[in-house]
Parts: sequence; C-alpha cells; structure tokens
Amino acid sequence: MKLKCDLTIIGGGPAGLAAALEAKKNGVENILLLERDKYLGGILPQCIHNGFGLQYFKEELTGPEYADKFISQIEKHKIDVKTETMVIKITSGKQVLALNRDDGLLNINTKAIVLAMGCRERTREAIAIPGSRPAGIFSAGTAQRYINVEGYIPGREVVILGSGDIGMIMARRMTLEGAKVKAVLEIMPFSTGLIRNKVQCLDDFNIPLKFNHTITNIKGKKRVEKITIGRVDKNMKVIPGTEEEIRCDTILFSVGLIPENELTTEVGIKLDSVTRGAIVNENRETEMEGIFACGNVLQVHDLADFVTEEGEIAGRAVGEYLKGKRKYRTQSIKIIPGDNIAYVVPHHIDYIVPDRKKIKLFMRVKKPAERVRISFKDNKGKKLASYKRKIVTPGEMISLFLPESVLTEQLKSVTISVKKENKE
Amino acid sequence: MKVLMKADVVIVGGGIVGTAIARELSRYRLRIILAEKEDDVAMGTSKANSGIIHAGYNADFKTLKGRLNVKSNSKFDKLCQDLKVPFKRIGSLVVGFTREDLSKLIELKENGEKNGLNNLKIITGDKLLDLEANLNHEAKYALYAPSAGIISPYELNISLAENAVINGVKILLETKVVDIVQRDNQVIGVLTNKGLIETRVMINAAGLYADEIAEKIGDDFKIKPLKGEYQLFDKQWGRLVNHVLFPIPSKLSKGILVTPTVHGNLLIGPDSYWVKEKDNLATTKKGIDEVYKGAKRLIPDLPRKDLLINSFAGLRANTRGKDFIIRASKKIKGFINVAGIQSPGLSSAPAITEMVLDILREVMGDIYPKLELNYRDNFVETLDEQPRFADYLNKLEEWQEIVEKDSDYGEVICRCEKVTKGELLRAIRRPLPARSLDAIKRRIRTGMGRCQGGFCGPKVLKILAEELKISSLEISKKGENSEILKSKTKEMIKEKNS
Repeated sequence: MKLKCDLTIIGGGPAGLAAALEAKKNGVENILLLERDKYLGGILPQCIHNGFGLQYFKEELTGPEYADKFISQIEKHKIDVKTETMVIKITSGKQVLALNRDDGLLNINTKAIVLAMGCRERTREAIAIPGSRPAGIFSAGTAQRYINVEGYIPGREVVILGSGDIGMIMARRMTLEGAKVKAVLEIMPFSTGLIRNKVQCLDDFNIPLKFNHTITNIKGKKRVEKITIGRVDKNMKVIPGTEEEIRCDTILFSVGLIPENELTTEVGIKLDSVTRGAIVNENRETEMEGIFACGNVLQVHDLADFVTEEGEIAGRAVGEYLKGKRKYRTQSIKIIPGDNIAYVVPHHIDYIVPDRKKIKLFMRVKKPAERVRISFKDNKGKKLASYKRKIVTPGEMISLFLPESVLTEQLKSVTISVKKENKE
Repeated sequence: MKVLMKADVVIVGGGIVGTAIARELSRYRLRIILAEKEDDVAMGTSKANSGIIHAGYNADFKTLKGRLNVKSNSKFDKLCQDLKVPFKRIGSLVVGFTREDLSKLIELKENGEKNGLNNLKIITGDKLLDLEANLNHEAKYALYAPSAGIISPYELNISLAENAVINGVKILLETKVVDIVQRDNQVIGVLTNKGLIETRVMINAAGLYADEIAEKIGDDFKIKPLKGEYQLFDKQWGRLVNHVLFPIPSKLSKGILVTPTVHGNLLIGPDSYWVKEKDNLATTKKGIDEVYKGAKRLIPDLPRKDLLINSFAGLRANTRGKDFIIRASKKIKGFINVAGIQSPGLSSAPAITEMVLDILREVMGDIYPKLELNYRDNFVETLDEQPRFADYLNKLEEWQEIVEKDSDYGEVICRCEKVTKGELLRAIRRPLPARSLDAIKRRIRTGMGRCQGGFCGPKVLKILAEELKISSLEISKKGENSEILKSKTKEMIKEKNS
C-alpha cells in the first residue's frame, strides 16, 4: 500500500507521542505515527511504578497514567496511528517502508521523519560475563514485562547486576511479589541510577547494594543455580581472593541502555560514539535534512519527562521545517564536551531564531564530583556562562541553558567543562 | 516390560550424524526410530561448532576423516538445495606469517592433493590482501581452498530430521537409553526411560555419550570432551571478511578462525581445551580473552568486545586425536557404532551415512532372521521452501504476496532478526515441532540478535503456550527443568504470607 504524508514518526513511546502532538500544534497536518508494539506508550505501559510526570505535569503518575495523558490527546486530535507496524527501512529520499498484518507492505512518501525508536537493554553477552547459559537470565526490562504485562514472575531468588534505574526498580518489584533479592551488584564505585531510586527501591527494602562488584561465573545446566561474584579494582579487574558464591535461580541484568539506531545508520546518518545516538542540531535534526531524532534513540534519558520535552523540540522543529522559513547561521556553533563531560546534546547550533531566549543543553559527566562549577567557554577561552552544582554524577543527566545573548555571529564553538569550585 | 514401539532400526542420537543416517535410511522400507535424550535434535556438538564445510586438506589421507570429508564436500550443494538449508561456498584461507608457516601450508596442500583435492592454491603478498582487505597486513601467505563453505549446522540438522519424519521416521525426544537388550548375542531391543523399543539393529550415534552407550554391550572406546568457545558479532560485521580464515593448525585443532556466518554475522573461535564433564558448556574469562586475541591476530580491526552479541561453547567428541569410529560391533550382532565424529564430522556427514549404509547391509545379512534393504517408492527428497522475512528485505513486494495469503506473515515479532509471527507458527507446526524457546530460536532466529530475546522472548513464549495449549509456566528454554517463569503474579507473595 502506498501512502503520502507530511510527517512520519517512527515509534509511539513518549518521544514519538510528544513529537506528534507538538507537530500538530505547529501546523503539521498529515501526520502518521507508526508503533511496532500492540499499543502506544513504548515502555511506559510496563512501568507501573510512580515517579512519572513530576517535572512535566507537576504531579506524580505511574507509567501507564503518564502515557495515557498523551495517548488521549493523540486520539482527540485524530492523529493517524498504525500499531503492530514494523518499519523496515527508511531512505534519504524520505521514503519509509513498513510492514503490518492489515496493510502488508507500506510504502510511505513523507516530507519529514522523526526517529523515536527508543532503546534496548545491554545484555549479559555484551559485557561478556562467563559461565553457562541456563534459563533464569533476563534483562531487567524483560523481567518487568513478564511481571507487569504478562502476569508472571520469572524468579524466586534473584541477584541483579547493575544499579541502573530499571535494575533497582525491579529489585523492589520482585521483593513486593515475594521473591528474595539477595543483592544488587554494581561494578562502579557509585550507583548509575537516580539517587531517589536507590533510596526508595533498595534502602527502604534492605536490599544490599554492593559497589565495585561483578559476576565472575554463572552456574547451572538447565536453570541458574548459583553465581560467583567478586570485587573489582580500579581497572575493573576482579581482585583474586574476593570471590564468593551466591545461590540464586535468577539473574537480572541492568547494565545500560543502547539506542536502537539500526534504521538510522542504515540510511547513512552519523552517530555520536558516546551517546550512540544521531548527531543533531538544536532542532534535533540529524545531518540528513528533514530527518529528526528525539528521546532515548538520541540519548538515553533518566526520566520520561525529559523524553517528552525532547519530543516536543523535534515536533516544533518539524513545523518550522515544513513551513520552510528557517534561517541558517553563517556558521554553525559546535558544542564540545570538555573536562569531565561525557557528551552534550545538541552537538551543534545551526539556526537564527529571533524570539529565542536560551537553548537548553543536555549533558552527562564522566565521573561523580561534588561542589563543581560547570562553565561554557567560546573558542578563544572566554567564559560565556557558568553554573554551580553541589553534586554531579553520570546517573543524573544535567540540563543547562546557553543564553541566546552570547551566540554572536563569530562564535564557532562552545566548550563545556566541569571543575571543582575551589579551583576557579 | 512395557513395549513402547517396534522398529527395525533404532538410531540413538539426534545430532547431525544420527539425523543424516535416519534420513538416508528412510529411503528404504524400514521401521526407523530415532531416540534423542534432549527436547530437540541438534542439542550437542551439532549446535555449537564453526559451521564450516571443510574442503578436506587437514586430515591425513589415510584416515576416514580425510577421505570422507573430501567425498562429502561436493554433496552439500544438492543436499542443502533439497532441504532448503542456507549454504554458501565462500572458500577458505589458511593464513601464514613466516617462512615456517609457508612450509606448513605446502604440507597441507600436498595432503589435500593426496585426498583428491586439485584446486588448492598458495596465495602470496598483495593477492592475499585483494581477497581479504581487512586481513593482518603482516600476513604473507595463505592456502586457498575454493570448495570450503559455510552452513548453519543446526538448521541442516533440523531439516534432515524433518525430512526423515516426513519419510516415516519416528523421532522420540526426551528419550534416554537406559540399556540395550540382547538375546543370543544379538540386539533385540533398546530400553529407554519411556519404555522398551523392540528392534533388530541399533545405530549408536550418541555423540559425546557414544562411549557410554557402547559400553553397555562391551565395546570399549573413550570419548573425551574437547571444549571450544566461540563469540558472535552482529550482522553488520559479517562483511568484514569474505572467506573462512584459519591460522596455521595445531595438533589439537584447526585454530581460532574468523568467518562470516550464512546469516551474515561474524563468528570467531574456537579455542581448544579438555574438560571432564560432557555437559560443561560454560564459557570462561580465559576463553573469551583467548578467542578474541586469536581472532585479532588475523583481523586486527575486529569490532570492539562490547559489540559482541553472543558467546557460547561446544564440545568436540574427541577420541584422543584418533580417527572416526564407524564400524559394526564385534561383540554383538545388530549394533553399529558411529562415534568420535569430531571435526570434520559435519563436513563428512553425507559420506558417513553412505558408509553406515554399507555396514548396515552386512549387519542385516548377519542377523537372524535377516533384514533386507528395499527402496520405498514414495520417498520425498525435498523439503518445502520456508520463506523468511529476513531474506526478503530487498524484495519486499514479493513478501507482500505472502502476507496477502496469510496475514501472520505481516506481524514482526522479532525486531532484531526480522522474524514474523507466521514463521513462528510454522516452526511450531512443522513435522518436528519446536516446543521450547531455544528450539524456536534455532529454527527461525528469534533471540539470535542484538537484544538476545529481551524483546521477543515474552511474545514467543506467549504464542508458544497458546499454540501448544499449555500454561506459560510450562514453557522452557531447553526442555524439562529449564522453565522460564516461576509463578503467576500475586501467588508467590500469598505462599510467603501463609
């Protein structure tokens, strides 16, 4: 079946939903939202815990409640949605090829594309944990789906590797279901998730969190029977003599999320080697004009609220793009990660926008630090802006404003660095 | 004693050898039963190996390994076409770095020629880099064997089994041999955990366990498991190499190779070390590091380790470096051993079956009353095409026709490997039905990709339970005691509180 539309959004999670609604508000008429699962909302429907919406709605919601707020708007605005529709390929000529039961092959000609495919979980294999391959090894998100969507518990005695948010949330969830969570292990000397999750999911339930620990062996022929864990040194090498065994039937891996950018790379869009998402400008537009990216496919966020915000940036930008009245700067401004900054999104600033006051930059630090100053400097080393922070950690994304007033015509780059406050 | 079934021939072991023999024998008017102790065929050495159809220059020309490999190589084109198994004749290169290596390559070439291979070439210098741009630039020589190929070993194994079933072979899964029943020095039955199977002939193709089966009738040989670990990279990396690349072989093995797979992944491995247990398939830190290091010597620009999507180990059924054991037992009539089938066992399977057939003819004439081999008239030589969506990505219009006939082929359930629900249902409804997640995975590749089943696992499990009309709690990864789920929600906490 052949279709034509103005905007095709790939992915119906929080990013795609927000992009669709905001594009609609900005005058984009013919929008098609494609979702591979049975329902809209992306991963939110399985996130039945609370904590969603505090930033965006200023009220505390569960994942499904948060998703519903957007889904009902999508319905209200009569935005076309196709669920259980898998996008197979996109082309630089903005053709989207997809497959579903009812239409078969869909060949969509579109003026703009928003990539909002989200991310997947890093697996046990990607971090090369040795041992056998029995039943009982899951990524934390898969276990979450089994419990919250399918209604089944995948284990009784559980060890969780990785203190990412999903891992900690699942430690609590499994405990509430009557499973025994024996430990959460974290190879780093700090938690990689939100501080509030460590308190509410582990501390409140007396679940031990062991820093500088990893799994060195998995035993069990048919089902996981036990694991060996060990303490690691600064170079992440296991210290001999620190190994101990833990009996368990289940291991959950919460060891990071990877943006699902296969469609992106196949069409030839370059990725940032740190975020593993596309390289974008302030409009979340990739280096291929008219193709935008937002949400976890661009950079893995901590909160759905930030994903929504980014979806809206992309949705608005599509409106401007389709109106065709964007004004380019004479030279693009590069945003460069400096000391202790792992990455910054967006990667460059390309447009002149008359009524813009500031540009929000999202970034993460490489390692935790306390009492720091985060400074923005231009290509000559002149300070453009700076912000104080009591504590920064890789687990908490930082968002800071770049004031429009410093974006002079000559400005070529902005370098962002984190330094101890007292050194400045 | 409860008689479960009656057969003329019982084959023990559902690996590549057992199923290839079953299929070959199903050409004849025989009652054939294949007993496999696991929940699927291809559960031992046949599922975890390099997936190479070797040209046949490695093994000594005086051995069965040398002769049967070369004899089999040319048969794979037709076999794979008949059974719709992916097979690509991409050729192999044994790579050398020094003058000493070169003399080894010449030795190999000469041995290959004695085995009857006349298309081997020594390649040097720039020509080598023309063939393999990403090869270590310090490599100077290579032995090129154009007839080497790559195959999916478990898919061949499963297809052989299905074709055998279509032709009347009964495959009994989760059926373990307990004893062999004899009378007047002749096999009369095989006692299994499921009951007694009366039979006239028994073929021992029990892989790693063949020595334990043979021991029951007094045959004495030992199978030592020789482990090999492998690592697999995602599909985008398969294009890094064009051929199967080997280092200079050692006494124990052909060394750590680098090869694309038929599905486009990049496979590296195996290392080689002895283990005690025949079910020790654990990977080790040492193995993971060694395989990676070994492969990097051939291809310095190997993808980063964190881009691995899977690692696994296989066990070779080793007879301490000795030859295949393919012969009738001298202890008892009606018993044939097909044992010690380590590399190049997969590559030799077609010729092994021919050899077994010749032995069987003699054995059948030797037992009382005699059995005869007579062709059936309705042998089905081929399997139907089983279209896979992943093969149609560049001809999507053709897939449209398939979806129009059956809309299940329009629902993608595995995003990484692009597998549709139609393919899943087909795997569950095939002549040899898949009943566990791993069995499904080997047939249609759900869970073989980047997410390792994280996304498709729950979907496959649910559809499998619906189709088999059993509870989701009964669905396993690989047979009994490997069930995926422990309890329904709310039940565990109720138990705990009561």
